[in-house]
Amino acid sequence: MSGRKRTAPCSQKRKDKSARACPFVPFCGSAYNGSGGQPTILELSKLGCVRGDRRLFSELDFAVSPGTLVQLTGPNGSGKTSLLRILCGLLAPAEGEVKWQGANIRSLGEEYFTSVTYLGHRHGVKDELSAVENLRISNALNGIEVSKQRARAVLEQMGLAGRELLPARLLSEGQRRRVALARLLVCDTALWLLDEVMTSLDKGAVALVRSLIENHLANGGIAFVATHQELGLPDTLTRRLELTT
Amino acid sequence: MLRWIVWRDLMLAWRRRADMLSTVFFFVIVVSLFPFGIGPETELLRKIAPGVVWVAALLASMLSLSRMFANDYQDGTLEQLLLTPQPLYLVVLGKTLAHWIVAEVPLVLIAPLVGAQFDLSNETLALLFVSLLVGTPVLSLIGSVGAALTLGLRGGGVLISILVLPLYIPALIFGAGAVEASIMGLSPAPHLYLLGAFAIVSAIFSPWAAAAGLRISLE
Repeated sequence: MSGRKRTAPCSQKRKDKSARACPFVPFCGSAYNGSGGQPTILELSKLGCVRGDRRLFSELDFAVSPGTLVQLTGPNGSGKTSLLRILCGLLAPAEGEVKWQGANIRSLGEEYFTSVTYLGHRHGVKDELSAVENLRISNALNGIEVSKQRARAVLEQMGLAGRELLPARLLSEGQRRRVALARLLVCDTALWLLDEVMTSLDKGAVALVRSLIENHLANGGIAFVATHQELGLPDTLTRRLELTT
Repeated sequence: MLRWIVWRDLMLAWRRRADMLSTVFFFVIVVSLFPFGIGPETELLRKIAPGVVWVAALLASMLSLSRMFANDYQDGTLEQLLLTPQPLYLVVLGKTLAHWIVAEVPLVLIAPLVGAQFDLSNETLALLFVSLLVGTPVLSLIGSVGAALTLGLRGGGVLISILVLPLYIPALIFGAGAVEASIMGLSPAPHLYLLGAFAIVSAIFSPWAAAAGLRISLE
């Protein structure tokens, strides 16, 4: 908060720049037919983010309806991670608000977290626990009891058959990422926030993630994915949100 | 939910037993250094015993405090804990309870044994045990606030000590005071009541403050 005063001149400069070229280019896929009468479920209004003494973005307006993939792109340091952390409620926006089903997420509190799954840069996988234990505990803490058999089945689906009981520290980076992604198969949340989850994944795993997202969208879910890779999902489902520095 | 968090932290601690043992060894060694340094003057040893054991317990708990949230912070599980649909208050309370079981309970159990080096009567040793049992939750509870506030800072370990040790002073006074009272033949009850009251007050406020500290640290 104290950073805001210091950055005031800087933000002014940015705004001038944005008058020439809008920093956010939310354009829809060619065949995207608006919200198609579907209600907006997630709404970003006049969102601004300041990290340290740098203004990452401001006046960001964006509305998302169910069944939409939002691909978040932009150069390093443009605020992709910060935006996702604001959307999941870890970070308070410097200005503006995020509305979920019409209510500000800051006022929804813990209730909001029943609709959100966030996977960040850091896997959120405990090195000391096995893949099965990681999956069961992280879901139990989210109020979903997963049986051992179900956990094994899910991990097998993620291509971790035979490695379910190894401590996660013995797994490779990509395999650990797969353990983290296994949560997506179990959770029943409507909003997925995935931050660079494709890094260190092989082709098979990327295809798997793509099919997971596709399923999620078909069920009326929303996915925000920050990635530099092309996901290859149909343009009708994809919207792009580009952040610039 | 609380039981899942406690169970998770206990299992993690069990898989990293060396951390737990180092705290216990530190406690045993610090307490044992005094009889060696002072020599066989039983009168003096008996007098300083309660204070020495209590101070050693405070210092030993410092060793484990910085790890309370730091490991979860580094691998990203702390973010996930913050995003679970349950009050952060409960998450912190669960982690504090687990910390108490892992880092403080072994000290409480071994205290009568190391206290025997100070030529204390059985009755006094029992009371030392009770005072630590009532007082050590305070160390975990207040410590959780310090651990949450210094999360992710360089040199956080030293900063925790500076933040938290002064807040431990009431627990030290009443904890050691209870044992001293019994050595002098007085009733230790008032000291223990006050110590218990202090534990209850910190159980109410510390998780709340630590939760606020975690939110700030993770922004």
